[in-house]
Amino acid sequence: MIQIALFIWLLPLAAFVINIFIGKRLPRKGDWVSIAAIGASLVLSSILLFRVITGYNPDFSLHASLHWINLGGFKLDMGFYIDNLAVIMVTMVSLVSFLIHVYSIGYMDGDPLYNRFYAYLSLFSFSMLGLVLWDNLFGIYMMWELVGICSYLLIGFYFTKDSAANAGKKAFIVNRIGDFGFLIGLLVVFNFLGTFNLIDIQQDIGRGLLSGGWLTAAGILLFAGAVGKSAQFPLHVWLPDAMEGPTPVSALIHAATMVAAGVYLMARLSFMLSFDAMMVVAFIGGFTALFAATIAITQNDIKRVLAYSTISQLGYMIMAMGVGAYTAGFFHLITHAMFKAGLFLGSGSVIHAVSHSMKKIGMEGDPNDIRNMGGFKNKMPITHWTFVIYALAISGIPFFSGFLSKDAILGGTLAFAMSQSNPVYYLLPIFGFVAAIITAFYMFRLIIKTFYGKPQLKKLYEHVHESPLTMTVPMMTLAFLCLYFIYTLPSLGPVGAENGWLMHLIQKPFSAVAVQLGRPVYGITPQAEHFAHVNGLIISIVFALTGIVLAFAFYFWKTINVEKFTEKIKPLYTLSLNKYYFDEIYGATFVKGLLVWNQILAWFDQNVIDGLVNLAGRVMRVFSVFDGLFDQYVVDGLVNAVADITLGFGRGIRKIQTGQIQNYILGALLGMVLIIILTMI
Amino acid sequence: MEPNEILFLFIAVATVVSAAIVAFSSKIIHSAFALLASFMGFAALYVYLSAGFLAVTQILIYVGGILILILFGVMMTHGIYDTAKKTAHNALSVSLLGGLAIAAVLLLIITRSPWAPILHKPFQPTTQLIGAAILTNYLLPFEIISVLLLGALIGAVYLARAEDKQK
Amino acid sequence: MIQLPSFLIISAIVFTLGIFTILYKKNAVGILMGVELILNSVNLNFIAFAKYVDVGINGQLVAIFIIILAASEAAIALAIILSLYRERATIDVTLVDEMKD
Repeated sequence: MIQIALFIWLLPLAAFVINIFIGKRLPRKGDWVSIAAIGASLVLSSILLFRVITGYNPDFSLHASLHWINLGGFKLDMGFYIDNLAVIMVTMVSLVSFLIHVYSIGYMDGDPLYNRFYAYLSLFSFSMLGLVLWDNLFGIYMMWELVGICSYLLIGFYFTKDSAANAGKKAFIVNRIGDFGFLIGLLVVFNFLGTFNLIDIQQDIGRGLLSGGWLTAAGILLFAGAVGKSAQFPLHVWLPDAMEGPTPVSALIHAATMVAAGVYLMARLSFMLSFDAMMVVAFIGGFTALFAATIAITQNDIKRVLAYSTISQLGYMIMAMGVGAYTAGFFHLITHAMFKAGLFLGSGSVIHAVSHSMKKIGMEGDPNDIRNMGGFKNKMPITHWTFVIYALAISGIPFFSGFLSKDAILGGTLAFAMSQSNPVYYLLPIFGFVAAIITAFYMFRLIIKTFYGKPQLKKLYEHVHESPLTMTVPMMTLAFLCLYFIYTLPSLGPVGAENGWLMHLIQKPFSAVAVQLGRPVYGITPQAEHFAHVNGLIISIVFALTGIVLAFAFYFWKTINVEKFTEKIKPLYTLSLNKYYFDEIYGATFVKGLLVWNQILAWFDQNVIDGLVNLAGRVMRVFSVFDGLFDQYVVDGLVNAVADITLGFGRGIRKIQTGQIQNYILGALLGMVLIIILTMI
Repeated sequence: MEPNEILFLFIAVATVVSAAIVAFSSKIIHSAFALLASFMGFAALYVYLSAGFLAVTQILIYVGGILILILFGVMMTHGIYDTAKKTAHNALSVSLLGGLAIAAVLLLIITRSPWAPILHKPFQPTTQLIGAAILTNYLLPFEIISVLLLGALIGAVYLARAEDKQK
Repeated sequence: MIQLPSFLIISAIVFTLGIFTILYKKNAVGILMGVELILNSVNLNFIAFAKYVDVGINGQLVAIFIIILAASEAAIALAIILSLYRERATIDVTLVDEMKD
């Protein structure tokens, strides 16, 4: 099984190496190499998944490692830690990655850097799979940085465009802040435990080698990495800009896999989160879920709406990790990967059609703007129907995957809040439920504006056509994966996945912190759990439907006039449209602040330090006058005498300077011989 | 004498004689090939000192690298057809004076030094020890030397290319 | 007979020959060869002491560093010789005497 995992991991690397060096000269520019590699990874990971499902053992795990570095006192092992979590995640990554490889054949067709695009995709797959499989934090950190660099390369893929290059830089720098926290967290862990290995860390924490404030600090610092990578508040600003990259990249990296790496990391590390750390995680996640959703309502760029939606959904998952609804969070990660990748592919299909149509009619403009669309339902039936399925899934409508996972998260959050004595924890379910209404609302706003109603630009509309099969087949596959029964098998009940294979295999993990404390980290009463399950279900269905109906009322039936309504809540509307001015705030505080600080330092230099130096200079000048007189008569006289004597000698000795290097060597040699003989005798 | 000692004697004499050829030969190309023999002789001597790794390194770097560089130097500075060109020498007497002075000093040191007690270590491989030492106690010199090599690389390229810039 | 003194004697002879070579040759490449002979004889000393005297393995490590230095030195020296040859069409060191007087 380890060998299979090794192949899964290394095949994309081989494809990367082939494509980056000789991809250009291969037939079809080498896309088949990458596709074959990731396809093979998909087949192999399906074999793993099949074995895991047939094994049906929630405690299954496999660990194998090699010595990698052995430097005196410092030892580092490298290996794989394969449990149900990793197997399911690997299958998800290779599946989505494979579908997007196929989709890109159509989408990237004719791009001058076609082979490089595939090389980057392969490198990304390799690093993402490594991140999932590796057994130690150091390796995970390495892979973490590798996916970061792939993200940077692919966001800036159209690097001739200024905005794309800047977006790449922004993503990289913002991620750096989070990764720095991750690095410090790693060092804290290593300092206390002397190991990076997850299993050893688990045991050592259970024994109490890392506890109290430092444990909480380590948890929060490691979470900082997840905040950066998963675009959580306050480091969320990079993800919307990252939409400058090609759409398949947005689907793969910025929707399904890389941004979910933060959630995955939290799942892997959930055993070491203390209660305080969990609360930080939960509140950041919950707040992000609501906050990003409110921005998504007003955006007009189809991909930006999806980007904010991604941030919001990631917030859900992070919140779930924080309240200990580990299974639900991971479940949502998987279902979200399917429908959000699908949404991006659908939007890519629309953008592809619009930009081709624009080229045909010679129109300049932004192909992503939904204000130019409308009525595409008839022209692009497959895109439309798959898009509707994804939207139903993300909104949490029964019979679709998103309903099961989102409901599980909301139920878990509600149960957690009800079991705590402090009412402030009720904020978490409130964040979640409000975000659920908004999610349904903005998704259907997007659908209605794009696919229904009258075409906004007649000429543009006429040249829009359905995308080729290489693009529609992945979309249909993902739509199929959004159906509920895939996750509830072997049972077919549509209201919950508790009996499904996924929730059976991913059970609440052992908590090393609980072992250390000798009691559960937090308590959840069975009554609360039951109540939350039943009521959460009802509330979330009602809220989702409310959101959809509101969207229809605003944009389809037009029973509420949108313009008048936005006029009424103008301040809120502009706030949301401008993303709460976060970019501006960061620009004004951090970037400007740095510049101002620099100016202060410059002023200090100029006035204080220079002033001191000048003062010293003046004092010295006064001294110098006296000094000069002394110099002129006493010192100079002596010096001149010395110089005259030296000159006389020099006149004689310069004859020896022949310029012959060997003479010099001989001289040096004889001198050395003389010295040695003198010291010996 | 044991065969081992005969072989040692042969190697020692070969090393010294070829070093002498390097010194006295009037054709630079003869010197270069004698230097090759001398380097190989040193490698063989290292084997007698249970320094197998050093012996291999000696052959790889001295014979495979430095000597080739020297041959390049000979070829490129004399023209390929002129390798047999005689080298003018400095005055033999002066050079011998320098050499003999050094020999005298060495003799003096060898005879006068209080030598440390001599061990009889068994023959044992040292490659693993060297590898460990380079990455632990000698890590800093190791890193510095890598920077030095980089500097030498850049310097050599710069010096050899300076001509092109002026053109 | 295979003892420390044998190695020291070989080393001393080659060292002397190296010094002699440096003084004797007019050819810059020849001088370089002399330098290489000296470095080799020194290496032999270090390695011999590493075996016969209780200094651990340090002698061999020093020898490795010397070999590396010799490699860099040879590369730089050759580059200098080549550019000298291009400037002057000669590598006779006795003709290079700009620094005199």
